[in-house]
Amino acid sequence: MTPLPAASLDLRPSWGEIALRGGLPILVSLALPFLLHFVVGPALGPYPTKLLVDVGIAIILAVSLNIVNGFTGQFSIGHAGFMAIGAYTAASVTYYGSMLIWETAERQAGFLPAGEWLLCGGCLVGGAVAAVFGYLVGLPSLRLRGDYLAIVTLGFGEIIRVLLQQTNSQLFSSDEIREAGRRELFPPPLGGALGFSDIPKYGTLFWVFTFAVLTIWVSYRLKVSAAGRAYLSIREDEVAARSIGIDITKYKVRAFVIAAFLAGIAGGLYAHSGVILSPKDAGFQRSFDVVIMVVLGGMGSISGTTLAAIILTLLPELLRDLQQYRLIIYALVLIVMMIVRPQGLFGVHEIWEFFGHKRLGTRRGGRT
Amino acid sequence: MALLEIAKLNVHYGAIHALHDVTLEVADGQIVTLIGANGAGKSTTLRSVSGLLRPTSGDIRFKGQSIVGRPPHELVRMGIAQAPEGRGIFANFTVAENLDIGAYARRDQAAIRADRERALTLFPRLRERIRQNAGTLSGGEQQMLAIARALMTRPQLLLLDEPSLGLAPQIVQTIFHIIREINASGTTVLLVEQNAHMALHTAHYAYVLEVGEVVMGDKAAVLAKSDAVRKAYLGVA
Repeated sequence: MTPLPAASLDLRPSWGEIALRGGLPILVSLALPFLLHFVVGPALGPYPTKLLVDVGIAIILAVSLNIVNGFTGQFSIGHAGFMAIGAYTAASVTYYGSMLIWETAERQAGFLPAGEWLLCGGCLVGGAVAAVFGYLVGLPSLRLRGDYLAIVTLGFGEIIRVLLQQTNSQLFSSDEIREAGRRELFPPPLGGALGFSDIPKYGTLFWVFTFAVLTIWVSYRLKVSAAGRAYLSIREDEVAARSIGIDITKYKVRAFVIAAFLAGIAGGLYAHSGVILSPKDAGFQRSFDVVIMVVLGGMGSISGTTLAAIILTLLPELLRDLQQYRLIIYALVLIVMMIVRPQGLFGVHEIWEFFGHKRLGTRRGGRT
Repeated sequence: MALLEIAKLNVHYGAIHALHDVTLEVADGQIVTLIGANGAGKSTTLRSVSGLLRPTSGDIRFKGQSIVGRPPHELVRMGIAQAPEGRGIFANFTVAENLDIGAYARRDQAAIRADRERALTLFPRLRERIRQNAGTLSGGEQQMLAIARALMTRPQLLLLDEPSLGLAPQIVQTIFHIIREINASGTTVLLVEQNAHMALHTAHYAYVLEVGEVVMGDKAAVLAKSDAVRKAYLGVA
């Protein structure tokens, strides 16, 4: 290898810059879940804490959908389907797990009790199951584009909703669970149309934001890595991407699988945030909420979708005083936004690119 | 043995029979051009070679090996690259990012750097605009970028689809000049063009396509002098 010319040494960032741009984000990411859990949450009280949990879950959903809709430019509107799969799977793991191990599904007190590790495992299993479905839905996406793919994903969400309605009723005591036979367990006892209740409330700020930070990190690595450019190139021009040797099939399916996995985790957290799960959670209303966040934040922009997820989750709360008018205002905000900035808040860019920072992703390309 | 051999190739778009028994050869080291009117099947032939289209019947052999039905990403690894029609650059990527992703299928970092240097030497305009978003380039610069990006795959066979499309005459001259340079350094070129004058002037060998059939095939210099070609494609009475 030839030695670098002297001029290129000037381009080398200073140690201060390395610490600021490399170290700070890591430090913030690690500290954020603890900070929110131990300082911000207790200071705000239970209701705002619940809102923050919702915000964190919305971030995971929006940022993960952005991988499909933003990066590869496909149009999926069935994200709630993956979320619901993750939610019901994780809920089954913690609820029935707790019942069998501890005879009760009551929440265990303290920071990170054994039950919360069950939640962590449940979320990962939920994500994995959702990822399998993501693969199955990703397959038709090879042949379908635009509206047609949207219809397939929409249909997928509805299928999940209907299937969940047909599940058996929930089992409420450990004896019942142990004695349950084939008839009670197939289809699985997920509560059917009545919903899945009494899920232990382990969806704390700590877990929600640990996974939110992880989601953002995964998504960022996807965007800026050399292989990540392949995802974005598919969105830019499929034919051109194929012509330079990118296996677009592989990347489209991979995007679906990763997004579904993360949505499954979001679902797992949602299930444990003090709600009664119902088949409606797989419906298209929720899918649309997530699509709106991605479009509003800017297709492809991670910071944009994150910000949009925060704003759109909090906006209905901030407008609460306006009571019946709030949904109208919410809709108006969206309409005005789409007229003023059709590319979304940040377009495909990230927030720091607007403050003169070099795009980190261009490091490789910067050498001439 | 020619580098690329196409034998009795047929392509259908639904009920439309776009290519009828197209047979042609591209010899190693040459520039071969396909000329013809709109809809004659030039781009269809090219897209069949690069794997973007699946022919109904016929054979395409590259280095003696049949490549029909192989996906484009495998063909790129075998040494066939296409600069697609309408340029197809990644508008939201910078020029540098466009070039880098061109080398997506490769792992030989040192050679990639060398090829990048070579591409930028061929197209000095791109070097000037290296950090600019590709979408902000002029039409001619975008075409240059599309060719440069295809070169980054280090092809043995470069497929060019209408590189002169929508460009000013001066830029067309430049681009054809560069195509000759690329060829001189060892890359075989299959060129599809509507600008028959420039194409025949540049190529070694040429085929004329009419409604999906090869009607003539000869040395480019010979075709440029033939009455039929002069009348139909060069606008000379």
